[in-house]
Amino acid sequence: MLHIKCPHCGLRSQNEFAYGGDGTVKRPELNKKVSDKEWDTFVYLRKSPRGKHTELWHHVSGCRQWIKVERDTVTHEIFKTAKVNEDI
Amino acid sequence: MQKYSVFNLIKNAFKGHKDWEVAWKDPTPKSEYDVVIIGGGGHGLATAYYLAKEHKITNVAIIEKGWIGGGNVGRNTTILRSNYMHDENGLFYEKGMNLWKSMSQELNFNVMYSPRGIINLAHSDAQMNAYARRGNSMRLNGIDAVLLGREEVKKIVPVLDFSENVRFPIFGALMQPSGGTARHDAVAWGYARQADSMGVDIIQHCEVTGFDIVNGKAQGIQTSRGNIKAKKIGLCVAGNTSVLADMLNITLPIETHLLQACVSEPIKPILDHVVTFGAGHFYCSQSDKGEMVMGGDLDGYNSYAQRGNLPTLQHVLTEGIAMLPFLSKLKMLRTWGGIMDMSMDGSPIIDKTHIDGLYLNCGWCYGGFKATPVSGWTFAHTIAQDKVHELNAGFSLKRFNTGHLIDEKGLGTKTWIS
Repeated sequence: MLHIKCPHCGLRSQNEFAYGGDGTVKRPELNKKVSDKEWDTFVYLRKSPRGKHTELWHHVSGCRQWIKVERDTVTHEIFKTAKVNEDI
Repeated sequence: MQKYSVFNLIKNAFKGHKDWEVAWKDPTPKSEYDVVIIGGGGHGLATAYYLAKEHKITNVAIIEKGWIGGGNVGRNTTILRSNYMHDENGLFYEKGMNLWKSMSQELNFNVMYSPRGIINLAHSDAQMNAYARRGNSMRLNGIDAVLLGREEVKKIVPVLDFSENVRFPIFGALMQPSGGTARHDAVAWGYARQADSMGVDIIQHCEVTGFDIVNGKAQGIQTSRGNIKAKKIGLCVAGNTSVLADMLNITLPIETHLLQACVSEPIKPILDHVVTFGAGHFYCSQSDKGEMVMGGDLDGYNSYAQRGNLPTLQHVLTEGIAMLPFLSKLKMLRTWGGIMDMSMDGSPIIDKTHIDGLYLNCGWCYGGFKATPVSGWTFAHTIAQDKVHELNAGFSLKRFNTGHLIDEKGLGTKTWIS
């Protein structure tokens, strides 16, 4: 089982969290013209790295905050966690 | 190639089984091939087999990082079916079902093809309506489908939980009588043996480390056992697709996720169909050894680990016990995991790429095993003819850009939500 250190609540079991996917994906800027290619990239394309991965988790059964987690996709080691508005 | 038959078995028995030929050789890679297939799993082996058999291209190498049968082809729950609603999926997988029927004879290898029927349980009126619609779509595509009421399901699989006070009562089911199972490693070995006999080099323990692409044209690959030139390169590496794509500077609509499966201790015959739970994600069949073979949800976060985590297993087996209460009395024999190339609409990609001579076969999500023969058959056609077959035309890489998604389950891009 993963143990994720929520920056608000401390170390908690994975059961309290919901996964939110790749945390590096950026939505094209609001109120600007978006090309099909930009939208396609944002919605569908993912690097899916083998190794370090920055991702979002939702502490849904805890403080209900979204957080950032840096985790290894092979060993599942968690290196760092941060509040969602912080850099990781 | 030595034929496997009862006569050969008897003949070799007198010689103490010392003179059997190896099933496939262990060649040193040549410096150049017409076609290199990366990935010696079921799909890669089938692709090489059909390249040789259907298209007479035999100067082919299969490059495998591990060993034959060590990846997902030996890790799945062996289910065969074509119970899809969309034409692209239905017609594709039904071609596969026809290839399964004759596979043991064609490969001269017993793949233990067992069309025992697959039953998808429904637990509400709405789900029965959805299944009726799916069944009708299947029948329009020539696929066998039968809608069963609660009493009919009870007759076929009495061991399911039909008690009154359950959270998800069984309303009925959609059944595909021709669905079933096959022995997965026999499929890998059968294809490997036949491909080898037609001249394909199966190169194991050889990892691809890079690609030689010149002016947008594939020239060859770099491997842990030296450089290999190739006119055409096919990628068939399932969960490792994104790793190879990164070497090619391609970003794909794919995420790699972990899926677990497990078997119980062997018991006497109790379940003679494949049954799936309709109120969650759980499926079960009984192997010829008597083990209950089970699987369900993804672990739910990007993973290349090839081993799973217990919370998901607990969740999946809770659903299993809701469907088959006797499972709670059994001991677990083994659990294991494999890494899935989850595409963003749940359907595969078999296509050419923007690089001339580079072909892509990926995005199999949960369902790669049943597709083994037809994936190989269509991918071989795509490589040999340098154009897609009508059966895999829908599985294009461009569909994510053009909006022609094949979203069978309507799940959208959140691949971890199963």
